[in-house]
Amino acid sequence: METLITLLVGVLVTVGVYLLLSKEMLRIILGTAILSHAINLLLLTMGGLKKGDVPLLTENAAEYTDALPQALILTAIVISFAVTAFLLVLSYRLYQESNRGPGLRGRQDE
Amino acid sequence: MDLDCEDDKMNNLLVLPMILPVLVGVILVFLRPYIRVQRVLSILTIIASAGIAAYCLQQIHLHGIMRLDFGGWLPPHGILFVGDSFAMLLVLTTCVVSSIILLYSFASTGVETETMFFYPFFLFLIAGVNGSFLTGDLFNLFVCFEVMLLASYVLLTLGGRKMQLKEGITYVLINVLASWFFLLGIAYLYGALGTLNMAHVAVRVAETGQGPLLTLIAIIFLIVFSLKAGLLMYFWLPGSYSAPPTAVAALFGALLTKVGIYALYRMFTLIFIHDPLIYTIIGVLAVVTMVAGCLGAIAYTDVRQIVSYNVIISVGFVLTGLAIGTYTAFQGASYYLVHDMVSKALLFLLAGTVVYLTGRSKFQEISGLIRNYPLAGWLFFMTMLAIAGIPPLSGFIGKVYIGLGAIEKGSYVLLVVAFLSSIGVLYSLLRIFLNSFWGETTISEDDQKPFEKRMGLPLVLLAVLVVGLGIGAELIAPYIQDAANTLANPEQYIRAVLGDDLK
Repeated sequence: METLITLLVGVLVTVGVYLLLSKEMLRIILGTAILSHAINLLLLTMGGLKKGDVPLLTENAAEYTDALPQALILTAIVISFAVTAFLLVLSYRLYQESNRGPGLRGRQDE
Repeated sequence: MDLDCEDDKMNNLLVLPMILPVLVGVILVFLRPYIRVQRVLSILTIIASAGIAAYCLQQIHLHGIMRLDFGGWLPPHGILFVGDSFAMLLVLTTCVVSSIILLYSFASTGVETETMFFYPFFLFLIAGVNGSFLTGDLFNLFVCFEVMLLASYVLLTLGGRKMQLKEGITYVLINVLASWFFLLGIAYLYGALGTLNMAHVAVRVAETGQGPLLTLIAIIFLIVFSLKAGLLMYFWLPGSYSAPPTAVAALFGALLTKVGIYALYRMFTLIFIHDPLIYTIIGVLAVVTMVAGCLGAIAYTDVRQIVSYNVIISVGFVLTGLAIGTYTAFQGASYYLVHDMVSKALLFLLAGTVVYLTGRSKFQEISGLIRNYPLAGWLFFMTMLAIAGIPPLSGFIGKVYIGLGAIEKGSYVLLVVAFLSSIGVLYSLLRIFLNSFWGETTISEDDQKPFEKRMGLPLVLLAVLVVGLGIGAELIAPYIQDAANTLANPEQYIRAVLGDDLK
């Protein structure tokens, strides 16, 4: 299971990096969003998957789930949500300012 | 028992430098139309934080490292703040410097920007910076970084000039990527060691030995914090530090890279200390950074760009202290960090003031300013000497200690490059001084913009600090020694967090 998820993380990172390297602002932003999903999955996998029970409640629990990665992911999701929202607004403002499509082109078309 | 209770109450102070700006910042959001109230409240908050930081610094000096476990969860289970002298010294300097920058921003920021939540975000930025210095948990460090970064994104783009928006996008994307690597490092570290409490991680790294896997993780963290500090990967820095208004640029130049430097120091004096290879890498990076920073500072003619490249040189210089890694070098680095925060704030404010007064930013286009604005001219001259490390100003003593450390360790390459970089700094700033302040006066007295007193006052205050830090070095010496001591002996930090038995 862990291997499968790790492979999935790899695919997501590939897609994210591919999008990041494009010239369209929107694709770049989507790329960062996909990258953040990849890292969330990785965090979850690193804590160990499918222990199959509630978080540690009593000292002698035989089976329990590590709650920490989930707490970390929750925080990371909130942060990446805020940053993505900010980036979208920022690129829209730049689009309005420049009126030439939200591209990150070089000096030529400035 | 009674004493313990007292201790606990006192340790609660530790959270105030972060929580106070956050709370007041939130309140200020609701006081949007009342600019005067916002100004008063924000300056009071930062001064109060500075006072608390100073008190804590004294307490740490007397009673040892302070620790605050949130919600009473004992480490390594809960999140905690750890106040050692190194962190607290930086918190204190942050608060003092940012309160002076805030004074400057009263004079220089327009009402339009001020009503667009300038002060709340200023406070959030300070909260993030202070939190990053104080936290004892890696994930919490990430969160504090993000608080600081989100505030800095807003401050950078506030005003919405095209230049700001464009640099803003580069800056945000670079930092999103850096944060991604930060999370990657955290994920791997948690997978490998099962803990994120810094002291606990340090213990476990020592127990398992720093094998290839942990060294890889260490290098991921090195990449992350180098991006944030501008060590080698500084390509984003000159652009985004010269785009925002002067007060914000000064805040960035004085504080933001220092947080990255602090994180590098924390990581590589506490956790990943067992592999000498990393210190060699840091040394090489520092040398390349200093050389490239000098080239940039000399190549450009835009005053703000030159000043930004000076930040990069000093990043390289401070990190030679880490690469050398002896007690003396740590002492020098602590001195130099404090000096650098104050003097870079002053330098950015002066550069911004010159651009504001003349309306031009290239130094060949400005001439003979010293006749129009003698105060700004002499302040610039003094700042230049301080940053170049001329005694008795503040940069001198830090440079001497780092140099002594290099000689002790026998790292002569670092020594030579570090001191040559001082000449680069001197040359790059002297060019501005000779061209813009000396020479024929081109602005007649009738045309010149008035140099307002409220703009001059913060500059003078910072200059007083620069001189004071140099002459009064003896006064802060005990705290600097404490700081260097914790850096050189990580067991102290670990014992303060985990107690003796857990070791």
